[in-house]
Amino acid sequence: MVPAALIVLAELAMRIYGSTSMSLAAPSDIVAAFFAIMFDGSLLLATRDTLVSAGTGFAAGGFIGLALGILFGLVKPLDRLMEVTIEAIRPIPSVAILPIAMLVFGFGYRMEIAIVAFSCLWPVMIMTRSAMAGIEPRLLEVSRALRLSTWDRVRKIVLPAALPRIMVAFRLAASIALVVAVTVEIAANPLGLGYGILVAQQALQPAVMLAYLVWIGMVGYLLNAGLSLMQQRLFGRAGRVEAAS
Amino acid sequence: MRAPDTTVKATAPVIAFDKITLAFGAKTIISDLSLEIGRGEIVCVIGPSGCGKTTALRVAGGLIPPTKGTVRLLGEPMAGPRRDVAIVFQDYAKALLPWRTAAGNISLALEAAGVAQSERGDRIRDLLAKVGLAGHEDKYPTEMSGGMQQRIQIARCLAQDPAVLLMDEPFGALDAMTRQGLQDEMLAIVAETGATVFFVTHDLEEAVYLGDRVIGLLPHPGRIGIDQRIDLPRPRNQLETRETPEFLRLRRTLFDFIEKAEH
Repeated sequence: MVPAALIVLAELAMRIYGSTSMSLAAPSDIVAAFFAIMFDGSLLLATRDTLVSAGTGFAAGGFIGLALGILFGLVKPLDRLMEVTIEAIRPIPSVAILPIAMLVFGFGYRMEIAIVAFSCLWPVMIMTRSAMAGIEPRLLEVSRALRLSTWDRVRKIVLPAALPRIMVAFRLAASIALVVAVTVEIAANPLGLGYGILVAQQALQPAVMLAYLVWIGMVGYLLNAGLSLMQQRLFGRAGRVEAAS
Repeated sequence: MRAPDTTVKATAPVIAFDKITLAFGAKTIISDLSLEIGRGEIVCVIGPSGCGKTTALRVAGGLIPPTKGTVRLLGEPMAGPRRDVAIVFQDYAKALLPWRTAAGNISLALEAAGVAQSERGDRIRDLLAKVGLAGHEDKYPTEMSGGMQQRIQIARCLAQDPAVLLMDEPFGALDAMTRQGLQDEMLAIVAETGATVFFVTHDLEEAVYLGDRVIGLLPHPGRIGIDQRIDLPRPRNQLETRETPEFLRLRRTLFDFIEKAEH
């Protein structure tokens, strides 16, 4: 009700004052612009570019983060050995490595994927590590008493026990991936939704720019909802256990 | 049922503590503890808090190595946990895998022992029946009562086909009725399998009711204060056994021991 009222109010305001703003547009113009870029294919193309970059970067960073998190969770001395190094690298804002990534990879998918992967790696690694540290010690004792092999202990006790929290890390990383991908596109990379916004802004088309913005919000929302659903489907039981404890 | 052991080991004690001392840093938890438990014996261990009874159980299970002395199992020095020594923990809710069903939890022990998948189903059904949970294989621990969860843990331990059952206050968290039911079930299972039992409890009546022997430990540091034979006839009965003069006398003896140990 409130959002609808605000949209009507915005429409009225824009019409009454006959705005020629370069940053604002009437909601009806935004909708019109949205359909225009939707049907000429540019929006879908940009969406594909952004999702491919964000998705690949997310997968790569998530995988490396998961592997490192498991490794550090299992091998405590290694964890302590690497702690300072990790704490030194981790606070670097991902966009700050953009110049280096540009030198190494040039413009295009690879540069963007590398930066997205870099930003997804840390939350997944750190949350995986802490998920493994938070496993019920009694379960580890049970695995010792049963003399499970190291591989079986990881596969049958450690990972399932840590999985609900690891899944939360992946959801967080997914939203980071989208943000970073769009940021890189706005800042440097000539492709995807971020570049679309930038071009619309420079072409003095606020309606198109805002249409992109609304669309990015929708993509982000759908991505998160999709992951939530997947989490519930895959780990419904483990998720409930996590919530109860 | 295990085939009777006809080798020389048959006469050796199943568990032998030889002058066990256990210290964490400067704090001595157990001091110079020697104890022998024979085949098929049910030994209950009591004592005030801080006497090291749970620690003694963990040493017997190979979870903690003693600082001094040796533990022998069936004549062999103990070097870490063994599959023929099963441990029943008090906190059944934490000791079960919440993401596995009752059958899945029992299966874990069979998987660890390398039992072929084709054989597991029948074994699991037998074990569930043995602990009175036939038909509950697909339930998750969170869908079960405390008593049922503890039965699952006991079934998982029986899946190890253990020569020794180490039980750490297994019924301490259960209500009185459930506890008595499980005591009798445990005695029946032990009588059938011939397992040797090391049973830690803080409930003196439980110790007298279940045990062939009750060991009382003294605290700071933990050492043996009393080693009481229990000659009550078996099978025991919750009402009749507990009303016999001998039961009451033994309970009194142990009660006096705890009184003295605490002061």
